[in-house]
Amino acid sequence: MLKKKEKQPSFTLVRKRVPYLFILPWIIGFLVFTLGPLGSSLIMSLFDWPITGEAKFIGLNNFTKMFTADPQFYDSLVITFKFAAIFVPLNLISALVLALLITQPVKGVKIFRTIFYLPAVVSGVAVSIIWGWIFNSEFGVLNYLLSLIGIEGPSWLIDPKWAIVTIVIASAWGVGTMMLIFYTDIKGIPPELYEAASIDGAGPLRQFFNITIPTITPTILFNVITSVIAALQQLTLVLLLTGGGPLKSTYFYGLFVYNNAFKHHQLGYASANAWFMFIIILILTMLIFKSSSTWVFYEAEMKKGGKK
Amino acid sequence: MVAKKITSKIIIYILLIAGVVLSIAPFYWMIVGSTLPSGEIFRVPPKLLPGDYLAKNFQTLNESLGIAKIFWNSLFIALVYTLVSTLISAMAGYAFAKFKFKGKNVFFFIILCTLMIPSQVTLIPLFEMMVTFNWLNTYQAIILPTLASPFAIYLMRQNMKAIPDSIMEASRIDGAGELKIFFTVILPVTRPAMAAVGIFLFMSQWNSLLWPLITLNSKEMFTLPVALSSLIGMARIDYGQLMLGTTLSTIPIMIFFLLLQKHFISGILGGSVKE
Repeated sequence: MLKKKEKQPSFTLVRKRVPYLFILPWIIGFLVFTLGPLGSSLIMSLFDWPITGEAKFIGLNNFTKMFTADPQFYDSLVITFKFAAIFVPLNLISALVLALLITQPVKGVKIFRTIFYLPAVVSGVAVSIIWGWIFNSEFGVLNYLLSLIGIEGPSWLIDPKWAIVTIVIASAWGVGTMMLIFYTDIKGIPPELYEAASIDGAGPLRQFFNITIPTITPTILFNVITSVIAALQQLTLVLLLTGGGPLKSTYFYGLFVYNNAFKHHQLGYASANAWFMFIIILILTMLIFKSSSTWVFYEAEMKKGGKK
Repeated sequence: MVAKKITSKIIIYILLIAGVVLSIAPFYWMIVGSTLPSGEIFRVPPKLLPGDYLAKNFQTLNESLGIAKIFWNSLFIALVYTLVSTLISAMAGYAFAKFKFKGKNVFFFIILCTLMIPSQVTLIPLFEMMVTFNWLNTYQAIILPTLASPFAIYLMRQNMKAIPDSIMEASRIDGAGELKIFFTVILPVTRPAMAAVGIFLFMSQWNSLLWPLITLNSKEMFTLPVALSSLIGMARIDYGQLMLGTTLSTIPIMIFFLLLQKHFISGILGGSVKE
């Protein structure tokens, strides 16, 4: 007994250090590869920083150049928001439709679930190559199939009007992850809710709008945020499918930053661009969270409402 | 009533099959493309059935890339990354799920915040760092920066919260050290979660393009996505070759996913879906 008592203090002391030891690898990784670079990126944004040669302190010049002397900055922002405005709703709706389909009580839905997720498994490079061929305006499969039903397909990747649509479609192909998130949520809705609604005479459509949608609004919110952020960062597809063209019609903000850094070698300027994007993402996330209180039903409220 | 039920079932199946076509057809064309010579790919009407040019495409692809080495690079990087990163996130996830300590909420908040940082912000300084360390064209340059994955830690924490405290308490009373408890008690019971996190990490590293594209410029060190993007960059694109390369990079990850998808889907969803 006595022995045990003596041991107690050192035991708890060790216990106290244990959790820090467990998160130590993450802390090191975070400091060296995230926080450090985040700070240096902010510092670099105040410099004229070529890839080779001396960096020169220029204060806020990169930012003033960005806002006042670089029309491409605004063009890229506008194009990116245009992309997000088409991509985000399309992605949400198709994810939701697929999720609803795979929650239907029919045979073999698990197989369908797996198949629908497959496009999300492959790399952006593969997606670009495959869709680049499908969308080829002269020899692509898509325009051939369209010609069979008498439609003359547009020059997808060559026509500045259509190139952005091409990127939207190719991006939306990887909708599987979002589908899975919706799927879990819909699966989690207690079946009694639907049964009760059925007895009250509510059809499937009313059940969807009065039960499913209100229950999954937090998930919709989460998916809106993540897909807006993804849209703003979209880079791989434009880099490989269109290179930003034709006529810079797909010169997204992500590509603007990337090219300024690794093509034009203006590391300081690109850092300023990247920080601007970071701030936009932060503001958007906060805005979406703020606005959510008006349209998101949280479970607690649901339960309260149910008890009434 | 019965007729109505049948029609609704038919509609559901039609939609499901439409979804299957949209999900699968592009892969079919990818495979068909890899069996055709470049000239056959650019033909009106397009060929919809496989040809017999697979071996020849393989030969030219191997000549321009050196497939074995590139495969090895991709595999080695993805495996080492997955093993180490899964362990790191299991450790951190365990601490966040099962311990009380000062600053826990702050640390966890930081993890959630890092999820929002666009990669473009840290990309440039990281590149400079690799130049300073003289690490361009090395495996560690690809593996190290993203080892501490915030998303993986978050997933591990969600999954480990379900472990009852009594398991740990029992081992502690038996006098087991904390490390021993972690490795012999905790890790075995969280195997499904680790599998899910591992699959997620493996796929993201196998598919990763941007960072390897920036840090690798010698052909010897290319990973599959970088090698494929280098083929796109060539003046005359040989599509047969390109489609075969895409097929070769895609099929393994698809098989890998199909074999392990059960763990992946239930684990990634925090164990909330019971299969």
